[in-house]
Amino acid sequence: MNINIPTPLRSFTGGQSTVSVPGATVAEALEALTGAYPELRQNLYSAEGKLRSFVNIYLNDDDVRYLPKKDATPVEESDELSIIPSIAGGCCCR
Amino acid sequence: MLKLTYSDYAALRAHGEETYPHECCGVLLGHAAPAGNTVCELVRAGNTRTDSAHDRYNIAPEELIRTQRQARKRGLDIVGFYHSHPDHPAQWSSTDFAEAHWVGCSYVITAVAEGKAAITNSFLLAGTNEEDKEFLDEPVEIVVNEVESEQEPQHERGIV
Repeated sequence: MNINIPTPLRSFTGGQSTVSVPGATVAEALEALTGAYPELRQNLYSAEGKLRSFVNIYLNDDDVRYLPKKDATPVEESDELSIIPSIAGGCCCR
Repeated sequence: MLKLTYSDYAALRAHGEETYPHECCGVLLGHAAPAGNTVCELVRAGNTRTDSAHDRYNIAPEELIRTQRQARKRGLDIVGFYHSHPDHPAQWSSTDFAEAHWVGCSYVITAVAEGKAAITNSFLLAGTNEEDKEFLDEPVEIVVNEVESEQEPQHERGIV
């Protein structure tokens, strides 16, 4: 399946905007991705191995966090995973 | 250096005036290069922070996915984002910095004072990861569109 790599992470994938990886589930696909590009791991996961809070993983149009099986959701070759860091901010501190 | 056309520059400032006193936000599509980001298209986004839209913004990931998908079909990338600061300076805040994760992208901020767009500045999120990221002042080059070449820009250009 293909994983779409956002602009800020492409320096870790040799500039590739899409990476094709094997895997039967979302977790397996992500594991294959970070196996092929180890430097991605620290950008996607905390030291405890949890997905960083600002990193969103979408399976096609669905947020993986809200899928019933989460990252154990089965995937097919035609599916598309997207890594999307969050976009937020605001004009002042509180 | 961030390059964008005068029409896009005017459009993002107008967006901030339209949403005042709330923050506007949007995505900058174009091409990234070592010399800087060039904007080819501006995409307005909805601010999902309806609970505190006067001083916070958030773009739904679903909207980003759609925007990114459409951009790729046209050979464009996400090269930056813009938002407004209603009645606050066009300077990044600690919240802006904490929530900035797109290293290599330009973050354009327009101050909107009493409903009128004032200064527009751009900041490049430099670094390689969360630990070493930093906002750098980024000069903005406004390219006058050919069809507008006979018109002089009417807004004060934001200078960083």
